[in-house]
Amino acid sequence: MSVATIFEIALAAVVLGLGIWTTAVRDTYSATVGFVVYGLLVALIWVRLDAVDVALTEAAISGGLGGVLLLGAAARVRDAGFMAAEAPGKAARVSAAALSMLTAAALTVAVFLLPDSASTLAPAVVAHAWATGLTNPVTNVLMAFRAMDTMLEKVVLLLALVGVWSLARDSAWGGRPGPRHQADPNGVLVFLARLLPPIGMVVGIYIFWTGADHPGGAFQGGAILASMWLLAIMAGLTDTPPVNRRRLRLLLVAGPGLFLVVGLGGLWFGAAFLAYSPALAKPALLLAGTPERSAQQ
Amino acid sequence: MTAVRVFGVCAALAVGLGLFGLITNPQPLRKIIAFNILGSGVFLLFGIVGRHGAASGIGNDPVPQALVITGVVVAFAATALAIALLLQLFQRAGSATLRNGAPRSAGSDPPGG
Repeated sequence: MSVATIFEIALAAVVLGLGIWTTAVRDTYSATVGFVVYGLLVALIWVRLDAVDVALTEAAISGGLGGVLLLGAAARVRDAGFMAAEAPGKAARVSAAALSMLTAAALTVAVFLLPDSASTLAPAVVAHAWATGLTNPVTNVLMAFRAMDTMLEKVVLLLALVGVWSLARDSAWGGRPGPRHQADPNGVLVFLARLLPPIGMVVGIYIFWTGADHPGGAFQGGAILASMWLLAIMAGLTDTPPVNRRRLRLLLVAGPGLFLVVGLGGLWFGAAFLAYSPALAKPALLLAGTPERSAQQ
Repeated sequence: MTAVRVFGVCAALAVGLGLFGLITNPQPLRKIIAFNILGSGVFLLFGIVGRHGAASGIGNDPVPQALVITGVVVAFAATALAIALLLQLFQRAGSATLRNGAPRSAGSDPPGG
């Protein structure tokens, strides 16, 4: 057994242990912390699977942005109390365990039955890389070959944000979503919220820019920028923008909107919807990828 | 391909764990976390299938990679919406439970799952 294999087995064991702990621990806040660490370690598995782009996404979103959301929710629901009577009975637990084990066993068998060389689209992606001038194959797929997915994904993000906004009380509609956060001005949170954002913004913009040719990209960079903003909001240094501000809304619609414009431009000048002409590809892609998500409160 | 198998077993067990937590844990926030664990297992399985499709000097088929990135972002959006719904439920009902007969302020609809 090589060192790499031992490392992989240890990594898988730690990830599984964290998963079990997250599922089993009684305190919800601990479970949330466990899940954040789990997300960061899953990112390491993605690195070992040679998918660095996915690893960056997983770390930035599961570990960073999603972790902040979950921790915030856990802190607010914490004193809700847990009624033991609500837990399902023993029969239900045993059958749930049996079902889960059966599912896991079936999936394990499926993994072991995978052929060594599966059909792949990698050669096709490499062969058509000239069309965009970008050398990161994953960015090529996201922004050009399957741009439709990415456009619809931006629409999903927008819909989720509208959904979160619409949960505001009638009286608060149009105002700032959620209460203004208060933090001890001499505390560690405020200190970090002053220290980290400049570094985080540089890293976020770099990851976005370098995504054209190296692992990275708009989602990962956008998630880092959003986390930095969220950190400043949580420390009470800045506030969430009010929902009824026109500039904010325009900026949010600009993401899918620009994508749509670029897509229709492809229909007009080129062969099909979202078809880019090679000379204009990089500016068009940068334009389409620029406005990224806003803070999800 | 040993690494792929090790992580494959890990991903399959993560799916099982998430499913178990989703069914048995009564707290909504724990259900959201369990669902995310289930989802990360599914994404990993997809990544393992993509690893088998390594070719042309790329270690992992880029098309599944792109789909997983899209999936992670969409899962995040769904999680954010679920958390917002949960916080609303907590604010209005005073307790974060999905049970119908739970003590709560009168006159509101029973919360759906």
